[in-house]
Amino acid sequence: MLRNRKIEMTVHNLYIFDRNGTCLHYSEWNRKKQAGISKEEEYKLMYGMLFSIRSFVSKMSPLDMKDGFLAFQTSRYKLHYYETPTGVKIVMNTDLGVPNCRDVLHQIYSTLYVEYIVKNPLCALGETLQSELFSSRLESFIRALPFFSARAG
Amino acid sequence: MSRQSNRTTESKKMNSELFTLTYGALVTQLCKDYENDEEVNKQLDKMGYNIGVRLIEDFLARSSVGRCHDFRETADVIAKVAFKMYLGITPSVTNWSPAGDEFSLILESNPLVDFVELPDNHSTLVYSNLLCGVLRGALEMVQMAVDVRFAQDTLRGDNVTEIRMKFIKRIEENLPAGDE
Repeated sequence: MLRNRKIEMTVHNLYIFDRNGTCLHYSEWNRKKQAGISKEEEYKLMYGMLFSIRSFVSKMSPLDMKDGFLAFQTSRYKLHYYETPTGVKIVMNTDLGVPNCRDVLHQIYSTLYVEYIVKNPLCALGETLQSELFSSRLESFIRALPFFSARAG
Repeated sequence: MSRQSNRTTESKKMNSELFTLTYGALVTQLCKDYENDEEVNKQLDKMGYNIGVRLIEDFLARSSVGRCHDFRETADVIAKVAFKMYLGITPSVTNWSPAGDEFSLILESNPLVDFVELPDNHSTLVYSNLLCGVLRGALEMVQMAVDVRFAQDTLRGDNVTEIRMKFIKRIEENLPAGDE
């Protein structure tokens, strides 16, 4: 098939944090290597890095900041970042071929997080999300993304 | 627990009498449950707050509004976008304090009070106090601490309904404790 010829694009994993740094949700798809620390430590490390990089980016900005920190990339992966004015932070790691993901992350916020968590009065905010409905919708949303490919490495 | 999948971000039509009567039933029940008006006002504010902290997320998801640059912009967004979206009215923004940290929303009409007349034994009841809580909760989520209160109310014989909003401070985001 045509899409198998070139380097495959993929989504590795996704974190959702609230404004207090609590990791509300984590899921992964094609993560070949783990960080070697507990998940709790990993979330803290990730959130701490985001917190620092945000303030670094705005301090160092030679121009007026607009959206602030959006993404970084290494030689192997790309981290996409989206933050709402209420401090909900969505982080998605993909491989390098994936283009700008702001719209995708905004969609996760507005059509999944807000619809299935915030608007459900029985879903507590500020703690790990228990909603299976949310998890399954998120799962199918990610799998349906044009750049999602389960086999890529 | 099945949910309809054809959700849209457009606002759906709802019978406004049902909305008004539901709010009325809520206030009435609170008046039965609590001894005095002060306590009812407090409960309404608290409920509003809990609504506000969730409603702001819905607001951000639907509108393309980003972070405001100053309190004047916030005032405009509240009046022209938020009130319009959720209550179908557009209050006017007036009476700015010289320092620009305080303003009034003047409501020509208030859908919550369509059928209401305050009885004499509830003279200190702030019937629509829920709105104050909503505004306070919503703004707190976008890092703004504000004080919100009713300055005038047509239910108490004033000509207009006036909500007074005062900016207190910007809430700084902190790194959770115990992190290195």
